Amino acid sequence: MATGLRKRYGDRAALDGIDLRIERGEVFALLGPNGAGKTTAVEILEGFRHRDGGEVTVLGEDPERAGLAWRDRLGVVLQTSSGLDLLTVREAVRSTARAYSRPRQVDEVIAAVGLADRAQDRIGRLSGGQRRRVDVALGIVGSPELLFLDEPTTGFDPEARRQFWELITSLAESGTTILLTTHYLDEAEHLADRVGVIAAGRMLAVDTPSNLGGRASSEAAVSWDEAGTRHTERTSTPTEAVARLASRLGGEIPRLTVTRPTLEDTYLTLIAPHVNTSAAEPHEEDVHA
Amino acid sequence: MRALSIGWDRTVLELKMYFREREAVFFSFAFPIVMLSMFSVIFAGQDFDKASGVNAARFFLPGMVAAGVMLTSFQSVALSVSAERDDGTLKRLRATPMPPVAYFLGKVGLVAVTSIAQFGLLLALSGVAFDVRLPTDLGHWTTFVWVFLLGVGCGTVLGIAYSSVATSARSAGAVVIAPMLILQFISGVYFAFTDLPEWLKQVASLFPLKWVAQGMRSVFFPEHWQSQEMAGTWEPGRTALVLAAWLLAGLVLCARTFRWTRRGTS
Repeated sequence: MATGLRKRYGDRAALDGIDLRIERGEVFALLGPNGAGKTTAVEILEGFRHRDGGEVTVLGEDPERAGLAWRDRLGVVLQTSSGLDLLTVREAVRSTARAYSRPRQVDEVIAAVGLADRAQDRIGRLSGGQRRRVDVALGIVGSPELLFLDEPTTGFDPEARRQFWELITSLAESGTTILLTTHYLDEAEHLADRVGVIAAGRMLAVDTPSNLGGRASSEAAVSWDEAGTRHTERTSTPTEAVARLASRLGGEIPRLTVTRPTLEDTYLTLIAPHVNTSAAEPHEEDVHA
Repeated sequence: MRALSIGWDRTVLELKMYFREREAVFFSFAFPIVMLSMFSVIFAGQDFDKASGVNAARFFLPGMVAAGVMLTSFQSVALSVSAERDDGTLKRLRATPMPPVAYFLGKVGLVAVTSIAQFGLLLALSGVAFDVRLPTDLGHWTTFVWVFLLGVGCGTVLGIAYSSVATSARSAGAVVIAPMLILQFISGVYFAFTDLPEWLKQVASLFPLKWVAQGMRSVFFPEHWQSQEMAGTWEPGRTALVLAAWLLAGLVLCARTFRWTRRGTS
């Protein structure tokens, strides 16, 4: 999809040579701290930002030159979106559907994002999470081959997030390619086939959630209680360690846990060297010439 | 064809949004109607030129029609486009395969419906409630049509172009409404244009509103009142020329400056 992607703001490099390849039908999550370059990268792929270097191909075309026929195959859920307050959910979805050549059925899309009972309500009266679901409905109503989701679940409660995940999973199962940026590690782990970690304008790692940063092969922590204190042993052979413990302690091991680093642990380790130098991406509020 | 049908769809959507927003309805749609009613009542006893059949309502009608043209076109478009750019509506539309021209057609449709409806109400109010003698000959109405069309066209394209001046929706109110108010005062909308100092008339003559107001006076005032105009005549030729020039300038400005995203986000 992209090789050597570069973007500069003044003398700061927002993206410093990003390589990214997303396969058809894949769900790819882009992770990174605020200001890492996620939105810049995604907006270049969406054709909203000009790049300063590198090759980009999205659905076979260069986003900067692609036309409406290309947009017909895309769904875009932007990071910030408002301005629909005066319309009802159905009016907004219906009018967006009109722009596409193969739109999905309006009421079916509204039901898919869980807003069937709010279809007649003004969007201004919905909660933050419900409005975000309207954004998602507008993004998927054109039956896109490729869907961009920029921090889609910010502000969702856990219940709404679960429902949203089911929706994304069903879209992915029907063959939609999805590029998602998120702050939530559990979201990436749940949804993504592969994740990429961006910090300070560089791609630090790309892998499946379970293999990221050597997670699968890294040491596990075996913890148990013995003689009133908690013990922890780091080992690459936890099964052997547990068997050894079991025979030594003769039976049940008190409060035994075996843990591997979570995606969050791995992620935090990956970005740790970059978090203080990663302010290269201008936030939406900033104004740059 | 597709652009036209989506443009029509956008017109309906724009109208729904416009009439659901009470501030917009009052300050651009109802304002001239309310003002005409107030002036007609307040100045009902004053003699404007009874011999020629001019009462208070007739005296203020051309100014209110002209102000209405600029409010429903320039003010309403400049405010809505800058708000839509600021809140990401434009960017969201740009992300869809909607032909860009459909968005502008939607604005044109909105302006057409609101300005014609507003004029209809002003006319009905004047004729029915305030006993204004309205022109009955084709010539005056022909003048009305071209002044109205040029005025609305100017207002719409200049409103789209001017929307880029406001950097945020919050500043748009002041940036758009303040100059509109000043222009209304110096263009002969609220006061007789003849009462203004010469230099102020010259300033007002640079902007379209003065010419729309003058054109409307030529439609609704008695013929011999034209002696009170700056040039002593209605100057239809110059009116057409100035408005056409502004229309062209507005189109060029739009084409050169229109942005779908906020400044600094490309």
